[in-house]
Parts: sequence; C-alpha cells; structure tokens
Amino acid sequence: MSAEVPILRMENIGKEFFGNRVLQSVTFSVMPGQIVGLVGENGAGKSTLMNILFGMPVIQQTGGYEGKVFIDGEEVHFQDPVDALDKGIGMVHQEFSLIPGFTATENILLNRESTKYNPVVEIFGDRFETLNRPEMKTRAENAIKRLGVDISSETLISEMPVGHKQFTEIAREIDRSKTRLLVLDEPTAVLAETEAAVLISALKKLAANGIAIIFISHRLQEIIDLCDKLIVLRDGRVIKEEDTKRTNVRQIAAWMVNRDTENTKEDERKHTDKSQNDTIMRIEHLWVDMPGETVRDVTIDVREGEILGFGGLAGQGKIGISNGIMGLYASGGKVFLRGKEIKLNDPDASLREGMAFVSEDRRGVGLLLDEGIDWNIAFTAMQVQDKFIKKLMGGLVKWRDDKAIDECTREYIKSLEIRCTGPKQRAIELSGGNQQKVCLAKAFAVDPDVLFVSEPTRGIDVGAKKLVLDTLRRTNEEKGTTIIMTSSELEELRSVCDRIAIVNEGRISGILPADAPAEEFGMLMLGHVKGAA
Amino acid sequence: MSDKKDKLMNFLADCAVPIIFIGLSAAAIPLSGFSATYLVQEMLSRLARNSFLVLSLLIPIIAGMGLNFGMVLGAMAGQIGLILVTDWAVVGWQGILLASIVGMPIAVVLGYICGAVLNRAKGREMVTSYILGFFINGIYQLIVLYCMGNIIPISNPQLVLSRGYGIRNAINLMGIRHTLDNLIPLKIGTIDVPVATFILIAIFCLFIVWFRRTKLGQDMRALGQDMAVADAAGIPVERTRIIAIIISTVLACFGQIIFLQNIGTMNTYNSHDQAGMFAIAAILIGGASVSRATIANVFVGVILFHLMFVVSPMAGKQLIGHAQLGEYFRVFVSYGIIALALVIHAWKRSRDKIEARKNLRGDAK
Repeated sequence: MSAEVPILRMENIGKEFFGNRVLQSVTFSVMPGQIVGLVGENGAGKSTLMNILFGMPVIQQTGGYEGKVFIDGEEVHFQDPVDALDKGIGMVHQEFSLIPGFTATENILLNRESTKYNPVVEIFGDRFETLNRPEMKTRAENAIKRLGVDISSETLISEMPVGHKQFTEIAREIDRSKTRLLVLDEPTAVLAETEAAVLISALKKLAANGIAIIFISHRLQEIIDLCDKLIVLRDGRVIKEEDTKRTNVRQIAAWMVNRDTENTKEDERKHTDKSQNDTIMRIEHLWVDMPGETVRDVTIDVREGEILGFGGLAGQGKIGISNGIMGLYASGGKVFLRGKEIKLNDPDASLREGMAFVSEDRRGVGLLLDEGIDWNIAFTAMQVQDKFIKKLMGGLVKWRDDKAIDECTREYIKSLEIRCTGPKQRAIELSGGNQQKVCLAKAFAVDPDVLFVSEPTRGIDVGAKKLVLDTLRRTNEEKGTTIIMTSSELEELRSVCDRIAIVNEGRISGILPADAPAEEFGMLMLGHVKGAA
Repeated sequence: MSDKKDKLMNFLADCAVPIIFIGLSAAAIPLSGFSATYLVQEMLSRLARNSFLVLSLLIPIIAGMGLNFGMVLGAMAGQIGLILVTDWAVVGWQGILLASIVGMPIAVVLGYICGAVLNRAKGREMVTSYILGFFINGIYQLIVLYCMGNIIPISNPQLVLSRGYGIRNAINLMGIRHTLDNLIPLKIGTIDVPVATFILIAIFCLFIVWFRRTKLGQDMRALGQDMAVADAAGIPVERTRIIAIIISTVLACFGQIIFLQNIGTMNTYNSHDQAGMFAIAAILIGGASVSRATIANVFVGVILFHLMFVVSPMAGKQLIGHAQLGEYFRVFVSYGIIALALVIHAWKRSRDKIEARKNLRGDAK
C-alpha cells in the first residue's frame, strides 16, 4: 500500500438478500483523483455494492451488510444517503432525477439555492427567504464551467438534448463543494458517441482536480479510455482488479461472462440444423416504445420450427421485441407471419394470427390473479378462438363449456405438474413456478404457431425452472411450434435455443448459434459487433 | 414550419376554454339587452367578491396538488367567524377583521387535517379533498346546528332557531355588509368601485408573486413537477404539501368573508358548498389546468364566468321566454367545464408520455 490514505476503502463486503448471496468478500480501494471502472453483468452485484456505499435504506431493511467501509481511513456506517452526501460522496443515477420544467440553474442548485434574508423570515422561518437568482446563476455557471461543457444556465431541462441533461446532473454533484468521490452509474448509456467523448474528457478534468470517480459502464472501450483501474464483478465477487493499461476489451468481456464449466448442461441438447428451414416470421425495422426497454431498429428472420433466443443486458430492448409484436406497447415497422403482414398495436390481431405470448410480467399481464386455474388457462383461447364455447340458437348465445375447460385444465395440471388443490384454485395462491406453468398452459391452449416466451424462469425455483424449459423444448420438438424466447440468463438460452440474437441499444448486435463460445456472446452484449472490435 | 404550426396548435389547445367562453359571451351580451354601464358595475362588484376565493386555489396547484376542494374547509372557518362576530354585534371593518382573526386558527387546523389526509392520497388529491369536504361539512353542521346555542353561547335570538339552539338557515350580515367595499368610497360616473377590496386582492397577488420567489415557493414548484426528484433532493415533501394546503385554506377563509360581506346575507348551510365548485369552474374557464395556473387565469376566469352568470338568464329569457333556461345553462356549464378540464388534462398527460417515449427512441424511424 502506498503512504497515501485511500479516499474510500471497502473491505470484505458481503450481502445476502433473503438467503440469496449477492456479494461476497468484496475488497477494493479508491485513491483521491483516481478513476475506477466497475464492470459486470446485470446481477453481478454492482448496484448492491453502490447501495451499501450510499447507505440506501433498502440495505438496512434487508438486514444490513457484512464487512467495513472506510472513508479517509475512518470506518463509517451510513444510515441514509444524506450521511453519504455529507461525507462528500455524490451519485449520478442511471435515470435522470431532474425537474423538467426547471432551468439548468434551478436543477443544479435544487434544494441548495442561494437565498436572501427578508423580515418575513422572523415570523415564518428560513424557508421564506427569497431566492438570490444572480448568485444562483453564477454558481451554476461555475459548476458547468468546471465540467468544461457549453450549456446555457437558463435552458429548461425539457428542452435539452439527452446529453445536456446528463451534464446537468453531474454539475449538480459538482456544485456540492464537498464532493470528493463521484459515482456515475452508466452515464454514457443514453449519450451519442460525441457526447460521451465530451463527458469522458470532462471527467478526466475533474479527476485532475482531485475528485475520485467510480465509473460504472457496459461500454468497455470507454472504461479503458477513461479509467486508471478496473474492477470486474461476477456473481458477487471481485474476479479481477487490473490496471486498464494492461488489458483489452476482449479480455474484460471474457472475465465478465466466463463461468466455471462445472455446472453447465447436465443434459446436452442436440442442436439439429434448422438453417434450411423456411422463414415463418419476418421482422423488419421494428421499433417499440416500451419504457425502459426501447427497441430502435430490429430486423430478423425467424425460421420455422426453431427456438430463437433474444439475449442481452437489461434495458437494451430485448424484452421490448416480443411485447411490441404482441401489441402491448406502441410499435412500428413491419412484421410478417408466413408472408402475411401482422397488424401491430392490436393484441387481438396478433393472437388471431396464431401467436401467443407468455409475458415476463406474470402477475400483471399473464394471469387473472383472483380467478381459478381453469379460467386462466381457458381465457385467451375462449376470447380469441371460440374454444370451450357452446353455441346455442345458431351462435346467437354463446355458452361457456365448463366441462371442456375442466378436462383441459386437468390435463395440463398433470402434464405440467402444476402443484395445486384442483382446477378451481385461485392463481394468486400458487407459487411463482406454478403460476408460470399456468401461463404456459394458457399459451399452449391457443395452440400457437409461434410462441413468445419472455423471461420464463425469472423468480422461480430450480425444479420448476427445469420443468418449464423441458416443456418448451418438448413442445418445440413434438408440435413443431416455433418458439421465440427472451431471457436475461445467457446459460439458459444456450441450453434451450438453436440460435441466439443479442440485443444491444435497441438493435440486434449479432446472431450466433447456441454453441458459440460464451466470450463471443459477451462481446456482442457489450455492443462490440463482430469484426469491429 | 411545422414547428411553428405545432406551437400555434398548442397555444390554441391551451386557450380553447376561454376562447369558447368569449365567443359565447359575445353572442349572449347583445341578446340580453343589458347596458354597458350595468355590466361594468356588475363585473367590478363580482370581481371584488370572488377573486380572493379563486386566488386561494393557486398555491396548491403550484405544489402539484391539483384543484383543491379543501378550500371549502377554509370557507367554513370563515363562516363560523362571521356567525360569532354577528352574535357579538361587532360591526364595520372591525367586524370583518375580527371574523378573520376568529376564522384563521380554525382554518389552520382544518388545513392541517386536510393536508395530512391528502398526503396519504397522493395523486388523487382532487377527489379526496372533495369527499373530505363532505365529511367536514358534517362536523360543521354538528357545531352550527347543535353546539351553537348549547355549548357555544349565542345571545342574539335572531340568529338562533326557535327551539333554542342551532343557527338559522339565513343570517343577515347587515352590520358588515359592503363595509369593506365602501371603506374607501370612489365613484366613477354612476359606477361604484370597491377600492379597499381591490387593494386587498392586489396585495394577495403581490404575495403570490413574491411567494413563488421564496425558497418555500421554489420547493413547492419542484415537488409540483416531480415529487420523487424533490424528495431525493432532500425537500421535506409531506411538510411542504401540508403548508401549501394550510395557506390555501386560510386564504379561502378570508376569501369567503370578503365574498359574504359583499353579498350581505349568509346561507348558513349552503354558502360554502358553492364556494369550491364555482371557484374551480371559474379558474378553469380562465384557462388554467389541473397542473398549471396563473394570476391572469384567475381574473379572466372570474370575469368570463360571472359574465355568463349575469347574461345567460336574460339571454335565455329573451330568446326562449324562460329565465330558467339560462339558470340551467350556467349550472350545466360549471359542472361540464370541470369535467372537460379533467378530460383535457388526462389527454394531455398521455400525449406527453407518448412523446417522451418517442424521444427515448432517438432518431430511428
């Protein structure tokens, strides 16, 4: 260790959420003026680590953390974010916390405005001091100048381009004169390349003034350009701490995604070659306005009878694709099923054309929570295909065929091993895994040509997970159903799919066969299109 | 080019309601056959009567709490003040001052209750405050109908029901009638100008302008636009919201006293009911929305709303022979305009959301 005292040292940090270990003996330190890059897949523990550093209430509420945090060599226990701010730690969040109708100045100085005394204060207290606009303007402009960017302090946030919003947020942290450690959580995710370059030079300038920076990003080239040191987290551990000068993008990607091979594929799947199959669905220039999962421009052909996986990091748009095609969010572009164009933005049309969707939002979109299993399974088929319907008087009156529903439900309960008291049990009473099986049964009941499955194993236990994946595989093999599966777990996709398309920033960054090396997938996830990096 | 067109469309959409009302009034004025002097006198008098009440709606709107029916609570407090002052036979401007002093603490307490309740119903302030108004109305009736004359001594037999307790349905405010309006007498031609009342209203407007520039006002603007961000910045959200409501109820209390001194009689069990509904209708007619309102909206709204009030019964009579039609029309209009404003607000919000999502997508087709 050098003689200098690190501004931040985290020692043996560990954290469990309800028996689920997310961090394990994480140790690292940050020197004044040093820029440290923090990389890792979603769920690697970056956010939890930062939450601990900031004393976020969620950490206390779930039983605190293990290990020690030192600021300037002194151990600290932050009870809430205000304590962290007092110690000079500033955070710029992924989503903007700016007020749209305020100017840059007002946002930079939010709740830290310069004020002037007036006599009313004597009666009603300090909050009746009037704002000192000229001084506020000077302070804001100083903060902006320190960043080295050109933003007018009087512009409304709502009229700014995204990049300027990001700078405004950083300027807010800089105005806190105490800020000595700045944490930036994916600050460049929303920026264009030129804006990102400006940001990086601004950050370097800050570091030269002695402010330490922790920089979280999925864009590895930026990390290499900007940071002095980088820390790779995987499954809650520090996998590697390395000087950025001695590494490269490919190596970092490998550190991030490589897992030990011991737990892979207990049942190796035979990948039959389906590259000669006909195209069943053609997606052209699809865009979807799904909040947090924006799809910008996706073009891909889906082959008949294959299992196609959509993978990628959270928020890059992989989930938006199936939601957009099924009409749940505003979308545009063209989607053809067997050569026939599908009407977008109309869930009914998509269902009628023979597509079905198992949503990632099981409880919100997938299930009628207060109804029985039988109704849940039969509902879509009844609505869209007139299944389980008895027609009386030549179809004037439609009658529900409870007997057929009951039979069908019992069949699915048996074949999918849904653990329940009977077809009438309410969906809300089932465990997550069994709810997911009901969702699958509901989709199967429509007997679709193309089945979209979104995050099928999220939040369910190992046994149910295996059953769900096996069922998908079996359906594909026996009925020839084309399955388009979206999942955040790359290993899961690789065990089930024939081909995997990786989505990055709302676009497909590449399509690989499932048995391609993990490292290749890692590169695509981080936006390094094959051959470009 | 299309940008300019968009801006014009947006401007028209924002002002659609006042434009419709200006059009209606322009058609109805000649039909009614009223003289210009009469209308000017009426408008001046009504502007003085109602502006203060309507202005009290502004601060909750700034704080993002929507149109606050909680002002009805303030109106009740003002009326209790007036009942007691009438009983004590304090007359003149002193009576008005005393009524305000008596009403104010009641308004503060009611405002605090209202604010605390609304903090538990964030995002649904309007309907919550409306229903809360009904509930507090029950308590008001309990006090006025049973406690006054029983527990609270009322000596003036003209105020008390013949059974010995409870306040009569109509109270004659002879002692303070027009005392504020006529405090500084001014006559231009045949038109009386209520100078003192207008001075109070002007002071109130200055207060609002000044208030928006204080730290507290800035905090309210911040949390009015985004409560989560304001909270994250360390602004005490709940406390600030309670303060906003208290200021509003206290001002509504003064507003109701000014309103009633102009009318001269008080409808013990109904006056406050109408206060909220008509004030909200007026501010909406002035072009305000649930989330944005200015002082100009208040005055434009009060003038247009009352112009409708005065002109439409007469126009109805001249046109069809029934004054009731005009009466029906103005009640219909005040409810209809509130419904319309809410629909427009919801539509605008969903449009803004779609726009925001589009922007996220960037420049892709």
